[in-house]
Amino acid sequence: MTGNSLVPAPLARLPWKLLLLVLGITGFGLIVLYSAAGGHLKPWAFSQGLRFCMFFVMALVLARVPERAWKAAAFPLYIGVLILLILVEMLGFVGGGSQRWLDLGFIRIQPSEMMKLAIVLALARYYDLLPVGQIRSWSAMWPPALAIGVPLVLVMIQPDLGTSLMIAAGGLTVMFLAGLPLWIFIGGGLALAAAVPIAFSMLHEYQQNRVLIFLDPESDPLGAGYHISQSKIAIGSGGIFGKGFLNGSQSHLDYLPEGHTDFVFATMAEEWGLMGGLFIIVAFIMLVRWGLRVGQRAQSRFARLTAAALATTIFFYVAINLMMVMGLAPVVGIPLPLFSFGGSAMMTVMICIGIMMSIERSSQRRSNFD
Amino acid sequence: MKRRQRPILSEAQQSLSFTRRTLFLGGAQAGIGVLLATRMGWLSIAENERYALMSESNRVNLTLVPPRRGWIVDRYGRPIAINRTDFRVDLIPDRVTDPERVVNALGNLLSIDQDQRERILEDLEKAAGFQPVQVAAGLTYDQYAAISVRLPDLPGAAPARGYSRFYPDGAAVGHLVGYVGAASAKDYEKSKDPLLITPGFKVGKDCVEKMLDERMRGQPGAKRTEVTARGKLVRELATRPDVPGHPVKLTIDAGLQAFAARRIGTQSGACVVIDCTNGDILAMASMPCYDPNSFSDGISHAEWGMLSEDERVPLMNKTMQGLYPPGSTFKPITALALQQAGIDPEEIVHCGGGYQLGNRRFACLGRHGAMNLHRAIAKSCNTYFYTMGRRAGIDGIAEAARALGLGAEYTLPMPSQKYGTVPDPAWKQRRYKQNWSVSDTLNTSIGQGYLQVSPLQLAVMASRVASGRMLVPRLMAGGSGKPAPPLPYSPEYVANIRSGMDEVVNGAGTAGRSRLPLEGIRMGGKTGTAQVRNFKGGARRGLGIPWKFRDHGLFVGFAPVDNPRYATAVVIEHGMSGSGAAAPVASDTLLYLFDPAKAMAKLEAFEKEWGGDIATRMAADATRYKAAREAAANPAIATAQAEAVVANASNASNAAASRPASTAAPAEEAE
Repeated sequence: MTGNSLVPAPLARLPWKLLLLVLGITGFGLIVLYSAAGGHLKPWAFSQGLRFCMFFVMALVLARVPERAWKAAAFPLYIGVLILLILVEMLGFVGGGSQRWLDLGFIRIQPSEMMKLAIVLALARYYDLLPVGQIRSWSAMWPPALAIGVPLVLVMIQPDLGTSLMIAAGGLTVMFLAGLPLWIFIGGGLALAAAVPIAFSMLHEYQQNRVLIFLDPESDPLGAGYHISQSKIAIGSGGIFGKGFLNGSQSHLDYLPEGHTDFVFATMAEEWGLMGGLFIIVAFIMLVRWGLRVGQRAQSRFARLTAAALATTIFFYVAINLMMVMGLAPVVGIPLPLFSFGGSAMMTVMICIGIMMSIERSSQRRSNFD
Repeated sequence: MKRRQRPILSEAQQSLSFTRRTLFLGGAQAGIGVLLATRMGWLSIAENERYALMSESNRVNLTLVPPRRGWIVDRYGRPIAINRTDFRVDLIPDRVTDPERVVNALGNLLSIDQDQRERILEDLEKAAGFQPVQVAAGLTYDQYAAISVRLPDLPGAAPARGYSRFYPDGAAVGHLVGYVGAASAKDYEKSKDPLLITPGFKVGKDCVEKMLDERMRGQPGAKRTEVTARGKLVRELATRPDVPGHPVKLTIDAGLQAFAARRIGTQSGACVVIDCTNGDILAMASMPCYDPNSFSDGISHAEWGMLSEDERVPLMNKTMQGLYPPGSTFKPITALALQQAGIDPEEIVHCGGGYQLGNRRFACLGRHGAMNLHRAIAKSCNTYFYTMGRRAGIDGIAEAARALGLGAEYTLPMPSQKYGTVPDPAWKQRRYKQNWSVSDTLNTSIGQGYLQVSPLQLAVMASRVASGRMLVPRLMAGGSGKPAPPLPYSPEYVANIRSGMDEVVNGAGTAGRSRLPLEGIRMGGKTGTAQVRNFKGGARRGLGIPWKFRDHGLFVGFAPVDNPRYATAVVIEHGMSGSGAAAPVASDTLLYLFDPAKAMAKLEAFEKEWGGDIATRMAADATRYKAAREAAANPAIATAQAEAVVANASNASNAAASRPASTAAPAEEAE
């Protein structure tokens, strides 16, 4: 690792492969945003790049935070974010209408976004504290279920179906990895399938529409199905090598809605084709695989669970977004992390990466010590 | 498997479970990754063609470019109907969200007056959603550009660069070529041809424009443009030029047509000129007439009101749809019939001022004394024709009338012609279930009674008398050069009639004032005054009675007498007399053919008296009409004026259909 003496040791110790991967994904994203703006840095590419630099530095700083600090922060962080969620809900109630943001003047915080992280840390900490023998007991189940359930309901009534699903998925991932009996997940899955019709009837009408239109996008090609139809047209028309940089007609002529945010993958695929798409998919798979490996190599239970679950959270982002833009899932408003224009998802993912790097560092150091 | 069932009790077991589950998770994620990659491959390889097509149809807007309509030219290739490059703007009703606002916005941009705005709004309401409604044509480039840049704020507006129809002679050719207009919703629903709802595309609506529409239509061009999702034009990609329609060449002499129309002047009437060598229609004017240019642009309320309320019915083509009793212009036919019946043209009938039939006296206009055929034609002596017509018999007269072209419809590119009536006993039995009477024969002999003819038929008659051949009128140039067969009457008989008609104009006849002012070229003819309504005594001729009750003035003629080249028929509605109203028009029109400069000089002098040429007078009329309408809007006099307008309108239609009411009105008048 320190073979090259020309490079200072702290720099050389950085996980360069990972950072290059992250830089590669984001850099490609900036190129696509530049094209989506019609060949201009403004309004998206420049500010996105600036934001990324900030979060990149932040991630490097987070990487130096010792693992025990995360452990210590897990519960307070969860409770803090939960309070913010309730606060947002009340503000929305007072202000009339749904609200997801908390405007602190200098920054707008989306607590539901933070909850994706907090739930993972909190549950990992919980199972870390739970004595080994109790993993099949009630106490291994109900507190985490409650910890998932409360924010899930709060986010669902915002209403933000996509984010609430991701919070649940993150939490369930920790529970799964913690070693809870398999029948819970299989049985739960079956129960969920049975509950889908009931849950469906409880959704907001626009959410129901999204699901219905996902099932049959052509039923409303100019209305709510427009997103999916136009996105598929953009991706499909790109072909293998795409229409070429700055040549995407779907995005440039405004046929593709949200072409710089949730549907940025379609914008990319139109100009870069299947090759660009495979690049993104492979890059994210590598990123997630790195996260899972960090988890496997980690020594502590908390670290393992956290790293693997955070990696899976990133995976959920990517998978749900790509399934959505390719017409395999309803439009739920999940951005493609690092790629879509916007700060929230980027911040969450960069924190994930920061925490995972910190875990990797800790386990390496410990292994060094060992 | 068993091990998995057991509770995890040790750290090591837990670690193993974690590793297994992480591997499972990683595997599942890789599986989903493969699924996503496959899906992407499916979209971009297998379905690439389909989606590329959809993307292309998103991006590219294909608009039809209306073809340039074939020109209508006269026999010498001079333009009668042409196309002018034109910037225009239409509204597509389906896309208009707030008609009032959009029309006002466009109206302010283009300074469209209130009257037109109302017309546009009304059209928008009536039009089927896909049918473009014309807002304005003939825009300047600046106006066109001003609309184009504001398109996002004007939903439904469709500016286009196209061609508009232009008729250089305006109203003078209205009833000859008709006009063009946007296709009706019914047309579109029938053929589903997208061309029909392309803004700026016009179909022929009347006369030649309508009948030869297919031929003049042409093939549309296409324009591919790149547009954004909101319909904003990004750039033009490619254009396929249109294929202009075929031109139509008419037998008309455009100069003569315009002259004839102008020469009718302020009067209401028709003038038809036919080439005696082949039946070519050289002019076919019906005045007053709408201006086909403004009809083709979409007509305003005021304009329509003015035209439909005018008692001179500018909307009717009088040359073919106007039916009039021929009056004395029928006498050449009676003359032919009586000769055919074996009567010697030199036989004398003594005119003592009338003809006694039982206890009824059929009057003559004068006491002409001893009349042979020649002099009877010249003097238009009723007594002679009563006497000889009775002897020739109605069947012979009807036969001659038909042989000379009355009661017939001709193959012309015109949507409606009227047959008129050539009465005979069988007809009367069929029509009225009454027996033919001698008085019917007498009335028919002098062109009154049941007889109904159109100016075109009169012109055909004149051309057949002039040429001695069964000329068939035609309007399309390039007909066969085969000479028409001779009339089924002895050429000598026809020559006798011509010599009588020569006398009418150039001897001691009724139309002596209408001689051609030319050395060596004489016009022959016959005047006629057709009764509209029976009045006692001379009162019905005077200027003192309402216009619509005055007699029609008619004239049929040909020139030169010795070797007829041109034949003409002129009908001046309520012109009071053939010699006073119709013969001068015919004379000047024929003069134009021989000496255009002289004819134009005469015409210009007339037009100075009348208050300018046709367009100037129509504009003045329109101003006057609008002023009257505005005055009518004043509540104090509104009712009275409105009533007057309604009365005028109904009178006008009566006048147009001025037919002799029945046999109850004995027709015995002639000149």
